[in-house]
Amino acid sequence: MKAYACVLAARSAGRATARAYIDAMTDVFVEMHGDRRFGDDSAVIAGIGSLCGMSVTIIGVEKGTDTADKLKHNFGSANPEGYRKALRQIKLAEKFHRPILCLVDTSGAFCGIGAEERGQGQAIAENMSELMTVRTPVLSIIIGEGGSGGALALAVADEVWMLEDAYYSVISPEGAASILWKDANHAREAAESLRLTAEDLYEFGVIERIIPSVQEGGVDMSHLKEEIAGTFRRSAALDADELLERRYQKFRKIGGGCQ
Amino acid sequence: MLNKDLFRRPNIELEDAGLSAPDQPESPNALYVSCPKCKAMCADEDLQSNASVCPSCGHHFRIGARRRIELIADEGSFEELWKDLHGEDRLQFEGYTAKLEQARAQSGETEGVITGLCRIENIKTCIFSMESAFIMGSMGTAVGEKITRLFELARREHLPVIGFCVSGGARMQEGVLSLMQMAKTSGAVKRHSDDGGLYIAVLTDPTTGGVMASFAMEGDVTIAEPDALIGFAGPRVIEQTIRQKLKEGFQRSEFLLEKGFVDMICDRREMKARIAELLRLHGREAEA
Repeated sequence: MKAYACVLAARSAGRATARAYIDAMTDVFVEMHGDRRFGDDSAVIAGIGSLCGMSVTIIGVEKGTDTADKLKHNFGSANPEGYRKALRQIKLAEKFHRPILCLVDTSGAFCGIGAEERGQGQAIAENMSELMTVRTPVLSIIIGEGGSGGALALAVADEVWMLEDAYYSVISPEGAASILWKDANHAREAAESLRLTAEDLYEFGVIERIIPSVQEGGVDMSHLKEEIAGTFRRSAALDADELLERRYQKFRKIGGGCQ
Repeated sequence: MLNKDLFRRPNIELEDAGLSAPDQPESPNALYVSCPKCKAMCADEDLQSNASVCPSCGHHFRIGARRRIELIADEGSFEELWKDLHGEDRLQFEGYTAKLEQARAQSGETEGVITGLCRIENIKTCIFSMESAFIMGSMGTAVGEKITRLFELARREHLPVIGFCVSGGARMQEGVLSLMQMAKTSGAVKRHSDDGGLYIAVLTDPTTGGVMASFAMEGDVTIAEPDALIGFAGPRVIEQTIRQKLKEGFQRSEFLLEKGFVDMICDRREMKARIAELLRLHGREAEA
């Protein structure tokens, strides 16, 4: 799929959001709220679900469906308290030996005054550090937009999967275009240059698996949940030190070929 | 004849913070520099002997990575590691090769960070110093790799790490590979930390984007230079998002101190003594 087509597909109206995945893949889902520090960020859904008979901590960035819902979820752009709410559930998952599933769909972490005042950068940094060393299996799936640090804050994992019509990038194509060509209208060319498709990322070793679309913006959820459960079972069989070493090396090798 | 650079005024508008060149006088002919803060004229010589801090108002001029190491390390103690390490243009990104060449010519460095070992008041430590004249200290694969190697070395050798950060963020031209350096460096910092290693992060003007959202915010002690721009999103991006002008001082060091995200603000002229004190308080002893 062409790069810009992936960007458009990832943003298209009616595409399944994190909530749809949770509803389709879990028998039970109990949502948890708040970061115990500032508030509850609706851009992030976090809780415990039963997936193929397994208790799994699920964290999703939720964009919302209709206009009111999108506003409620801040269009899937999390504030620091959203990342800290996720972090709280990550620590609890470790405590209770639950694997962690992150569903990533965000154009980026929210850029605003409050976000800066409450330490957006620090919240993202802390999540990456903690996810790198959390002693339980972690799987992240880029289900739509993988927008820069705001996506990576929930995508430091043993494996990262990605939908074939999703994108994952260091900067939005519009942002890159406005820097390169001083014109956001060159987003199409910028998207090609950034190599942000699932195929590119697989080639770079950034993701482990490409999930095919069965219809526009949709995947075979029942098949996906079996795949997720299978991966968690395999990861759980590993010694935790071994799991952490592999997770570290997965990221360690990216750019490790520098001479 | 008057030198045309005599009254050169460095351009450091807030609007292009993160993009503009460092404002240290680079031309040997620039005998006087006007302070961008108080507009006082100061002789380059006086500025140099004052750690590039304006003698009139205390404004901290941007300085290069090597100059920073000179100011902090004991004379002759710096031993550079991985000097020639460089990344590659894996994405074949338009104009990147030319930009790298230009950055190398401009900065005299191979990449956007200098890494190595040094002594500070005779205490051995690992050190990194980012170079703003190299594509605004942006983090590509080589920067990520050097910082990761430094923390891995520090972990093996049980050494502290002192890190001078200055960066516009992740390097766009290396795409998602740059983004992954945030995770990679965070992992290396965390492992060093989990083994009891000390990391002092010093945030200088500007520290933003992917660097701010990774190793710049992961120090055990976080020091900021006065009035440095420190933030996740750049001020221009925030203004465009919220469609209002930001208040004076927003995302500056003093603001971060007030909000609880840095431990202290330290004048560059006192930085060495402060870091040495912190090293001693963490049980690091001077070697004979």
